[in-house]
Amino acid sequence: MASILFRGVQARPFLLYPSALFGRKSGVLYCTIKGTQTHTAAPENKQPQLKVSPQTKAKVLDKISQDYEAIIGIETHVQLSTLTKAFCSCPYNYGSQPNTCICPICMGLPGTLPVLNSKVIEFAVKVGLALNSKLSLNSKFDRKQYFYPDLPKGYQISQFDIPIASGGYVDLDLPVEFGGGHRRFGITRVHMEEDAGKLLHSGNGSYSQEITFSLYSVDLNRAGVPLLEIVSEPDMRSGIEASEYAAELQRLVRYLGVSNGNMQEGSLRCDVNVSVRPIGQLEFGTKVEIKNLNSFSAMNRAIDFEISRQVSLHSQGQSDQIVQETRLWEEGGQKTVTMRKKEGLSDYRYFPEPDLPEVILTEDYVGSIRSSLPELPELKRRRYEKMGLSMQDVLFLANDVNVAGFFDATIGKGADVKLAANWIMGDIAAYMKNEKLSINEIKLTPQELAELIASIKGGTISGKIGKEILFELIAKGGTVKGLIEEKDLVQASYFTLFTYCYFKCIYIEQNLY
Amino acid sequence: MLSTVQNPRFLLRQCRHFPPKRRRFHSSTPLFLSQPQTLASTDPPSSPPQSQILTIRDNLINRRTTAVELAQLSLNRLRLTEPQINSFISVSETVLREAEEIDAKIARNEELGPLAGVFVGVKDNICTADMPSTGGSRILENYRPPFDATAVKRVKDCGGIVVGKTNLDEFGMGSTTEGSAFQVTANPWDVSRVPGGSSGGSAAAVSARQCVVSLGSDTGGSVRQPASFCGVVGLKPTYGRVSRFGLMAYASSLDVIGCFGSSVADTGILLHAIAGYDGLDSTSSKHEVPNYTSQFMSISSLESKPLKGLRVGLIRETLDDGVDKAVVSSIVGAASHLEELGCTVTEVSLPSFSLGLPAYYILASSESSSNLSRYDGVRYGSQVGADRLNSLYGDSRAKGFGPEVKMRILTGTYALSAGYYDAYYKRAQQVRTLVQKSFKAALNENDILISPAAPSPAYSIGEKKNDPLAMYAGDIMTVNVNLAGLPALVLPCGFVEGGPAGLPVGLQMIGAAFDEEKLLKVGHIFEQMLKGYKFIPPLLADGIASLGIGFIKSCESIF
Repeated sequence: MASILFRGVQARPFLLYPSALFGRKSGVLYCTIKGTQTHTAAPENKQPQLKVSPQTKAKVLDKISQDYEAIIGIETHVQLSTLTKAFCSCPYNYGSQPNTCICPICMGLPGTLPVLNSKVIEFAVKVGLALNSKLSLNSKFDRKQYFYPDLPKGYQISQFDIPIASGGYVDLDLPVEFGGGHRRFGITRVHMEEDAGKLLHSGNGSYSQEITFSLYSVDLNRAGVPLLEIVSEPDMRSGIEASEYAAELQRLVRYLGVSNGNMQEGSLRCDVNVSVRPIGQLEFGTKVEIKNLNSFSAMNRAIDFEISRQVSLHSQGQSDQIVQETRLWEEGGQKTVTMRKKEGLSDYRYFPEPDLPEVILTEDYVGSIRSSLPELPELKRRRYEKMGLSMQDVLFLANDVNVAGFFDATIGKGADVKLAANWIMGDIAAYMKNEKLSINEIKLTPQELAELIASIKGGTISGKIGKEILFELIAKGGTVKGLIEEKDLVQASYFTLFTYCYFKCIYIEQNLY
Repeated sequence: MLSTVQNPRFLLRQCRHFPPKRRRFHSSTPLFLSQPQTLASTDPPSSPPQSQILTIRDNLINRRTTAVELAQLSLNRLRLTEPQINSFISVSETVLREAEEIDAKIARNEELGPLAGVFVGVKDNICTADMPSTGGSRILENYRPPFDATAVKRVKDCGGIVVGKTNLDEFGMGSTTEGSAFQVTANPWDVSRVPGGSSGGSAAAVSARQCVVSLGSDTGGSVRQPASFCGVVGLKPTYGRVSRFGLMAYASSLDVIGCFGSSVADTGILLHAIAGYDGLDSTSSKHEVPNYTSQFMSISSLESKPLKGLRVGLIRETLDDGVDKAVVSSIVGAASHLEELGCTVTEVSLPSFSLGLPAYYILASSESSSNLSRYDGVRYGSQVGADRLNSLYGDSRAKGFGPEVKMRILTGTYALSAGYYDAYYKRAQQVRTLVQKSFKAALNENDILISPAAPSPAYSIGEKKNDPLAMYAGDIMTVNVNLAGLPALVLPCGFVEGGPAGLPVGLQMIGAAFDEEKLLKVGHIFEQMLKGYKFIPPLLADGIASLGIGFIKSCESIF
């Protein structure tokens, strides 16, 4: 396959002429490295064994865990859905063939320079405002330096001491089935940075093993894609709080239209720091970082697992076994395992990025963005609540920005609030789920839903017929009036029936005589 | 046109026409002259250097010669001189084809670009798509970028022919061009001496007339010091005046692409071709580009005091004890020449001057430690096979980089490390602010500042190779200008004893930000009124003689 260029380390080094590759749109560039992960620690042979049998374990832990408190902080990377990358004009599409969304700039070729995509600033300001943060009117970019094959320049352009936004908070309501309740979690900072590429490892290479030689390839499609890193205060205390915090961030970025927030694609990545301390103790326990959390439910379960692991170590007097490390969530085993142990603090040798000018925001600019912000999830929920909807309904409707928009448009046409909510959460949601469609993809319009609700409420059609029409409207579109006429579905009233019969009788009589 | 081949010894004598009398400095403190000159010249004046670019253009347009003829001529001279000078790492194979295209354009009466048919040398740390660009480093041996640097693109758009890639200290780190991984370049004035650096190849190539003009890069004096050593004109533009896109970064906040020419006019014409905003470099300036080519008036149109009223500040700290006495004499002579042209020369003091050197080495090393991280052997360049990732990085970089580069990476890594940042990098940035302020103050009082371009003339190859501190100290005259981001022009102003034909000394003129226009104007008048200065190195005189009469004749019409 001529378009694939393999570059083996152990082969004689040969020259790479990127120019040849750029000429071919479909060209695939694999930079392969035969090597091993260096960020690994010794194999997990010293994993402490819990001395409690599995049956009694849960019970005991429940009891013990009442004496301990978990402290959870989350670093979230949000991939911004800008048309082009942060510092060059390459488009980025998830799932593209490896090394097809690259140019000399995001490959870090000698002599290339970054030029900031202004959309990145706009999106960062939006998120900063939405998180009630204080914006730095004068911020800058810094270089974070480390070597890794997926980092083309040997440094990541990031923000260090002056993030674009700092302080702030996010409000959320816990789901009713988890006990409900309102929470406010602090936000430490929001900063802009670029994503790295991906190390694709084939063979049996694994992060947690020290000496495994396997073949790595570097895919630089993702290198240079803009990210926002959102760092929370260590305010969360349980898995559900943490995963709801992440879910709220997802809602927020989707409401703002700055990211698709898709966890599976890695557009929203959460690294969770968990530590446990006896209740009453002031200082934090040793924190452990958990990665590889691909869904909110995985996050929830991983954190709860990690808390109970740490609590049980504490309670057995083995708290020294809790070390500062990065652990991976294994979905198969439903447990966390050591990925790498931190050997001292890494020194990233941050310094101001000399290739980029300072980021200067004017009050006018911030003001114009503030006024363009949509209604955010928290405000929406409070508004729905005031309309008299139950918290379950509120959470459902406000969860998806498009559903909320549909609902708002429907009641904007005068539809009854409760009925509109019920139709949307009931039959419409069921249909969307079955057909795997989003609310924007169905043919039903808010106008017609309002009309339908009005027709039922006004008695023109029955609820049963309404349902029939609804599915027609969802699948094929059209208007409520049109469908009623077409199908002659007007609910017959006694009066019409009576007059009809009366005149019919007269007619018959007249014919008789 | 005998001056082309005249004995440079003759020039050496000629340059001593500066009156030995006491300078009329307007400073309250009299200027200390370490070695008063006692020379009076009765030599007949010879013609000042003329713009080769304008001559070529005139000859092409009036069809006195063709671009192909010119190209062949230049290539012959390049081949003849290259074995001694070694200024090129690679030479273009498409030169004649490009010349043919220009001839075809002339035949079709199409408009010619301002650099049509002009041979341009390009420092090898500036990317060219059709030639390897190594940065003088093993780690990029035979590396071919997929794009042209913006400056190169603009040269080509103006019709310039890139003749080859010139030698340099690895990634621009050095002051002698001995730091190249490939070859040592010789100074055309004395082949046993260094041409200076890091743009030594570009300076030597222009000096030996292997090309008409050349591009270099200046991070701490890498254009100006070799210009001084090789007796050519070197211009370091204001930071941001010329796009850095395609220049392999050494110290991003200091790097700037500069120009070499055998006359101020040629240097200005080249600057005009490459200057201006570039969307690919966020640090390039949107400051308007004036017409740098408009002020090169002919000598006959100049008044007797053409620079009347110009305030010139001679930087006192640049004539201190550490500076070669003969160099000081030349600069003092240049100052008096400026006075004769109507300038008011006063002494100025830049108190932070001596702080610039250590601050520069901290900042430049810190940035280079980061900028050179990308040379890891993973995606391009030389790679050393390894089983482990760390070995891949370590071995590739250990084999790929030379000792000077490694030293600066280590220095920079140290300076940026946690716990040292405040003491080194941050402090150096504070010094930088001081330097900027003191220049600003001095330039409020003066239109331009002058100083030597280097504390000594060209020294012998190998002399400072094992004494990096001595080499670093040689940058004292130039680094402050980079820290302040200002433009500076270096042009030949005198000779000192040494080598077979004397060694050139360069005068540095420093201007306010984006005031290249003034520097070029002053420089041009200085040069044109400097009677008897035609700096042709001895090597070239021999070379032309050996090429025979026919060659000389064709040269005469052009150079």
